[in-house]
Amino acid sequence: MSPLVLLVKTGIYLLMALSLLAAVGVVTFRNIFHSALALAGTLLGVAGIYLALRADFLAGVQILLYVGAVVTLILFAIMLTHRLGDPTIPQANKQSGPALAGLLILAALLGSLFLKTNWPVSEAALTPVTVRVLAKALLGEFVFPFEVVSIVLLAALIGAIVIARKD
Amino acid sequence: MDPIFVNSKKALLNLFSAFLPDWTVVLVSIFISIGAIMVLGPFTMMYLTWFERKLLGRIQNRIGPNRVGIFGLLQPIADGVKMLTKEDIVPEGADKAVHLLAPIAIVIPSLLVFSVLPFGRNMTAVNLNIGVLFFLAVSATTTLSIFMGAWASRNKFSLLGGMRSVAQLVSYEVPMVLSVVPVILAAGSLSTVDLVESQGGWNGFKWFVFTPWGFTAFITFYLSGVAECNRTPFDIPEGESEIVAGFHTEYSGMKFALWYMAEFMNVFTVSGLTAVLFLGGWQGAPGLPSWAWFFIKTYALVFVMMWFRGTLPRLRVDQLMGLAWKFLLPLTLVNIFVAGLWFFIPDLRWRVGTAVALLGLTFWALMALNRTALPEKRTYEFAE
Repeated sequence: MSPLVLLVKTGIYLLMALSLLAAVGVVTFRNIFHSALALAGTLLGVAGIYLALRADFLAGVQILLYVGAVVTLILFAIMLTHRLGDPTIPQANKQSGPALAGLLILAALLGSLFLKTNWPVSEAALTPVTVRVLAKALLGEFVFPFEVVSIVLLAALIGAIVIARKD
Repeated sequence: MDPIFVNSKKALLNLFSAFLPDWTVVLVSIFISIGAIMVLGPFTMMYLTWFERKLLGRIQNRIGPNRVGIFGLLQPIADGVKMLTKEDIVPEGADKAVHLLAPIAIVIPSLLVFSVLPFGRNMTAVNLNIGVLFFLAVSATTTLSIFMGAWASRNKFSLLGGMRSVAQLVSYEVPMVLSVVPVILAAGSLSTVDLVESQGGWNGFKWFVFTPWGFTAFITFYLSGVAECNRTPFDIPEGESEIVAGFHTEYSGMKFALWYMAEFMNVFTVSGLTAVLFLGGWQGAPGLPSWAWFFIKTYALVFVMMWFRGTLPRLRVDQLMGLAWKFLLPLTLVNIFVAGLWFFIPDLRWRVGTAVALLGLTFWALMALNRTALPEKRTYEFAE
């Protein structure tokens, strides 16, 4: 293995480790604002993994939408919540039983998926998924789900305006 | 003259490859590009502060800094030393870790976006095939850093500034992204390098700004860009007369300087991206080297931003939001439609005519709809 490949591999594993670490931070931090920041860190790490897998467009959109918009929205929600950032507010509720059940079901599903898939390994470099390929797929083969998602988003937008008007 | 920087990098690499193994040469190549950006960014920032103070001074009939060095040229260095040696004050109730991280986190995206700017022919650090999207995505994360700084300071003025800043940045993100769409439509690529190359021709003056949709998109993009940098007249997040200094009220010393460094580097990169998208980037008349054209255009746009600061008063919050949502957003949407028609209509006269007519009509309609309702005669209920 050439030193360069080793360096790249170390970098990718480091990236994965850091995003997992940030993910642990999201659920363990006592302060909800810190949790939101750790979530931003996790999402950035995921974007980095996309980049490493040559899915450039997905990485860009991940940063633009999740880090740029969703985390900002979460922060806004925290700001508008009463008793801003009070560290004495408990971070967990009493629903840990159902949560554990949900988690176990998810783990079982994912585990069965992992076992069913045969993971092809190839030495050749990955071909990057370009915007052109994505666009052709979205407006060709998958045009119907694409339009349905657009309608759902439009409905959500109109719904938000209708709710906001009633004051 | 033109490939001087490219050739000097090649010469350096040749020198290193003589006595270093192959794999380190790749690393050295990366480090040269990173090093150039890491020097260029802060250096640009230092001299932009000088340029702004000099220019604002002239606009206000003053001379500006002229004590340190000839024309005050060493003033930025003196300021740097002052900032570095100042006491670093952290408020008692502040969230120490986040307070420290925020100014660091804001400089990183500002430096990262330099990597996709084509400074000249073959002078792009990374030719990403999603260059423009990368720029917009990475600069969108500055919202988060500003919010971190505002929240961690535990100060009402900081918090207000942070909330204003987030509201503003989120609003202006929309017209900014939408005004890029016609250009991407025309070039058929998201890569900044391809965008510049598709504007070649007509002796280097076939810029997108000379088409009706390009001109409209140029104006909307540039205005949103000024708002994204929190510059006057869109500087309500740090409005001095209202909320002390907004999100950086509680910062001093080098941390304060880092906020300013990010702001000035954003000014440069947003102007650079505007030049790349609409003014042909490094394309220009063949007399000057390509990088000179890029810097001339970028600094011309930076100059206009500072001119704005010298002449325009700050917008009110409702005016600011109104401009983004009621004027720029509908205009950019119509503009995308116009750009689509432009490539659909084959005859040149017809497509210019349709585009100008549609855009003119939209502009007139938006101006009419957005007119402030002023009552004929003011009545003062409580003054009698």
